[in-house]
Amino acid sequence: MKIGFNQINKHFGEVHANADITLDVQSGMIFGILGENGAGKSTLMKILSGFIQPDSGEIVLDGKAVSIETPADAIKFGIGMLHQDPLDFPPMQVIDNFIVGQRGGLILSHKDVIKAFRELQSQFDFSLDPDAYVDTLTVGERQQLEILRLLWLGARVLILDEPTTGISIQQKEKLFAALKVLAGQRKTIIFVSHKLEDVEVLCDQVAILRKGYLVGQVDAPYDTDQLVEMMFGKQIVLKELESVAQDKVVFELQDLYIEQYPLAIENVNFSLRAGEVIGLAGMEGSGQDVVLRACTGLLRPVSGRVIVNGTDLTGKNYLEFMQNGVAFLPASRLEEGLVPGLTLAEHFTVTTEDKQQLFIDKAYFRQKSEQMIEEYHIIGRPETPVESLSGGNQQRAALSLLKDSLSIILLEHPTRGLDIESTIYMWDKLKERCKLGTSIFFISGDLDEILRYSDRILVFFSGRVSPPLDSATVSLEQLGQLIGGKGWAKEFGDEETYEASTNP
Amino acid sequence: MKQARTRSLSILFQLGGLILAFGFVTLILLSIDANPAEAFRLIWQGAVGNSTRIASVFVVWVPLVLVTCGVLVTFTAGLWNIGIEGQITLGAIFTTGVIRLFLDTPVHPVLVIVLSILAGMVGAAIWAVLAGLLKVFGGVNEIFGGLGLNFIATALNIGLIFGAWSRPGVASMSGTEPFPEAYWLPTFQNFRFSWYSIALTVVGLVVIYFLLQGTHFGLRLKAVGKGIKSAFRLGIPTWQHMLLSFLICGLFAGLAGALQVVAVYHRLIPAISSGYGFMGLMIGMLINYQAIWVAPIALFFAALNIGGIQLPIVMKLDSTLTGVLQGSLVLFILLMQGVKQRVLGNK
Amino acid sequence: MSGDIILLGLAGVIASGAPIVLAAIGETLTERAGVINLSLNGTIILSAMMGFWVAVEFDSLLLGFFAGALVGALVAAIVAFSSITLKQSQVAVGFILTITCRDLAYFLGNPIMGRQGPIMFSTPIPLLRQIPIIGPLFFQQSLMTYFSMILIFLAWFWISKTRPGLMLQGIGEKPAAAFVRGANVQAMRYFYTILGGALVGLAGPLYTLSVKPGWKGTITGLDGIGWIALAITIFGGWNPIRVAFGAYLFAFLQWLGLVLQSSWTFIPSQVLQVAPFPLMILTLLLVNLGNTEWMDRLLATLPDGVRIRVKKLIRSLRSQPPAALGTPFERQ
Repeated sequence: MKIGFNQINKHFGEVHANADITLDVQSGMIFGILGENGAGKSTLMKILSGFIQPDSGEIVLDGKAVSIETPADAIKFGIGMLHQDPLDFPPMQVIDNFIVGQRGGLILSHKDVIKAFRELQSQFDFSLDPDAYVDTLTVGERQQLEILRLLWLGARVLILDEPTTGISIQQKEKLFAALKVLAGQRKTIIFVSHKLEDVEVLCDQVAILRKGYLVGQVDAPYDTDQLVEMMFGKQIVLKELESVAQDKVVFELQDLYIEQYPLAIENVNFSLRAGEVIGLAGMEGSGQDVVLRACTGLLRPVSGRVIVNGTDLTGKNYLEFMQNGVAFLPASRLEEGLVPGLTLAEHFTVTTEDKQQLFIDKAYFRQKSEQMIEEYHIIGRPETPVESLSGGNQQRAALSLLKDSLSIILLEHPTRGLDIESTIYMWDKLKERCKLGTSIFFISGDLDEILRYSDRILVFFSGRVSPPLDSATVSLEQLGQLIGGKGWAKEFGDEETYEASTNP
Repeated sequence: MKQARTRSLSILFQLGGLILAFGFVTLILLSIDANPAEAFRLIWQGAVGNSTRIASVFVVWVPLVLVTCGVLVTFTAGLWNIGIEGQITLGAIFTTGVIRLFLDTPVHPVLVIVLSILAGMVGAAIWAVLAGLLKVFGGVNEIFGGLGLNFIATALNIGLIFGAWSRPGVASMSGTEPFPEAYWLPTFQNFRFSWYSIALTVVGLVVIYFLLQGTHFGLRLKAVGKGIKSAFRLGIPTWQHMLLSFLICGLFAGLAGALQVVAVYHRLIPAISSGYGFMGLMIGMLINYQAIWVAPIALFFAALNIGGIQLPIVMKLDSTLTGVLQGSLVLFILLMQGVKQRVLGNK
Repeated sequence: MSGDIILLGLAGVIASGAPIVLAAIGETLTERAGVINLSLNGTIILSAMMGFWVAVEFDSLLLGFFAGALVGALVAAIVAFSSITLKQSQVAVGFILTITCRDLAYFLGNPIMGRQGPIMFSTPIPLLRQIPIIGPLFFQQSLMTYFSMILIFLAWFWISKTRPGLMLQGIGEKPAAAFVRGANVQAMRYFYTILGGALVGLAGPLYTLSVKPGWKGTITGLDGIGWIALAITIFGGWNPIRVAFGAYLFAFLQWLGLVLQSSWTFIPSQVLQVAPFPLMILTLLLVNLGNTEWMDRLLATLPDGVRIRVKKLIRSLRSQPPAALGTPFERQ
């Protein structure tokens, strides 16, 4: 099917997310949509899939203007979308997820569907267990399930929004192979990504978006420098980063054993030096978040010790960790990081330790927040409620709320959803703190980010933790293998073969 | 300019809610062949008709303001303190208990009254903290915990009135034996209205206003109420704040219950909380948790309550009509708020 | 006590549990769609009064139940409109309604206090009634009691075995995911809220026309039932079978209380009357304890064998609400 976007416009408040986008996608090809976070890629795709409505403009399918009011309409036209966060039902079984939304008899009969499901997945070399519960699957497997489901509903156009984040290299290869099979069957694939290397190897043609505008359209083979320039509007020169790690050990995990259903993480031994940056790599749910939360006192390990600056904090709670110079920035900013409904000034009032008399000195905190807004380049005012800040500004605000002298900062996905400028800014600020002796412990689904910013890397797979790897000697390819459970024996001389164990 | 427009629109929508509520009650009255104009006139007359009635309105105003102040604290912390009724009851029980303890002792009655009021506050605070503990450490939603505790408090109250503290001779629904006059809070002339109650209430109101508007504690409570996980990550000890908010609310409820005993009834009666707790929750919602509005709206609700007493006497209508009026008022104003947000499209 | 009397008592438990089953299953359907209807207590009292009134006025049980269901549906429609369309707090609106409906019931019910109304008697089912034990227990009940028993299985079957039921689970779990699968989330939430409300509304007349016949104003003794039904919905983990078990357990304990009251006169009657409420707190404590943080921390300190067993026990008791319960759904 040939897809045309005709002068699509969409605003979110002040933001012009899609500005007059006119674009054609020929059928039977893998079409890339490239752009950094916040460029308007997802918005455009959500419009095509009926999830949101454009302010103006139209969608043209095979030469005919159509109105796509809901995702159900889209699927009637044969358009299906895989969202960035899989829109499935974690507490339900795979097969039930597969069935929900399909038409058919009132009463469910699983038998025939399971057979069809198995047949369909064998085409793509997927091996999902129809009886498994979705909350036990990895993100990659959940994507596979969604692809199968959409194909079963008759999708002829498949939109994938950032599908390569958080999956292992094997899953990525499987995904790319499946997409190529589908393109061979004359299906149209729209592949949305901010990762140049993925787009380059996969897509026949690519359109580049920047700040809501369509910048251009390029056919394979690509000139990487050209794509970069189109994406960012300038050449991005990433500074060489130097390790500023000192010898002093500030943080230690000794024989840590943590249980968190369904994982049991054993034998974590690790010491972190002042100023060092450690990246925790792994597919979502492999145990890295569990270890991170144990390091902040949010989870109590069953055994082992957590030592911060020589003080044994095992079994202490989060607030005591905080008092000992441990700070934690969680992934969901408005659920666990900032308080929606409170203004920036109020956030500074709550987190600042000085001036804690009975009544709030409003003038003092207003001035303080103005100063922090300036220092951290937050676009907002002291009386702005945090929920109305953009993602990048929320992250800057969260960073600005951290105390000055910290021994360790733990971060979950510090740059998720941020554009390149905010990302660079974020890491500059973090690195500044490293120079002052603060260590960083962070989780990221983006292996590039892990490789680039870490001094050492811990790899997680299904509750297993690797010994620390030196980021200077490990390649992206290797890392991608390891998070998928491959190559552990070779790398670490471990007697257990992880290849055999598939998924948690 | 724009702000002024939004504000006048806001008032317009609230007025709409008011009209809808009165319209709804009018319809109900018409449906049972009662004269609405007559009913509203009776309520008005019943509330302001003579000085005794006006004094009675203030008698109701006192506990209403106190409990509303209390629930504003729990509301700020994001908690639904439905257990407030039981907390008032416990306050009254503790107060009565302390007075009974000292009745035939040489301890000066003034000291006894002071002690009994403090005991009432403590008793209610214990009951409130119990609901808080169930929530914090038992995972039992405060709505259910509080509600269960309400029923238990009522049973305890009735059990005492008919059991251990029953009147000599025959126990009755009229309550325990009234205390000697020395143990009453002095009243203004011969009304049931006490300046001491009013003074305590005003002090409470001022305390709550500043606590919620201007203090670090108030702001931290607000943070807990708006986003408990985030507040914790920012370093606020959340469960301690939740328990504290229950405790403060309990103190206010206890004061209300204590004053009902020492200033109004001079004994323990079965329906000692008189539904003031739930009414306080309603007022809290109606004023959108703004402490500045507590006094006037509580006065309005109190006037309705007192005015409603005339209904059964003159028109043979049940006095719960005023409850319906109050409830529909809160409901329609809340709904109009939603309509306004939908129409204006703002948050 | 002879076997016959016990059997009679247990049959009574099934009858007196019927209104709670109706209300709790109704609420289960509503909450499964992601909406909390907190107005149950008021709804039941108002529908009890209205149902009784209509039944007296028209001398028709059928119309009485119909009126009750209508009242329940109307109140639920207000909850739906304010929370789904106007996005107001479900808890706030539910609470206001629960108080207002109660007052309205006492106000409107004033003239019909103490009037004699029709009573629904049992309709034994031929043949089946003669089965020993089972017969007197299940097949000599009133029509509404049969309906309540059928409803349990109907609701269970609907939620877990049918296509729309699967979608219902999805709507309460993750509305956005249901939406991309073609569900009209708002319409479905309206539907299940109103349907659930209608079932709750049947519970009221079932009291005033059968279980506790007559309308006696504030001393009708229905105040609190709605809250119990809400608690049972949680206790039942939003699963109709477990919810029904909770409802019958509650009715059984109430009956036990009455039996004990007559033989153990030293326990004041007030204690037994309020016994359901501490019990409600305890059961909620039981199903929620596993969700608390300190429990997790405490468990981590236990020796291996004990820990694993305790964890299993807690996981089996724990009840997890639908993930999107109480939250509005917006496309953007």
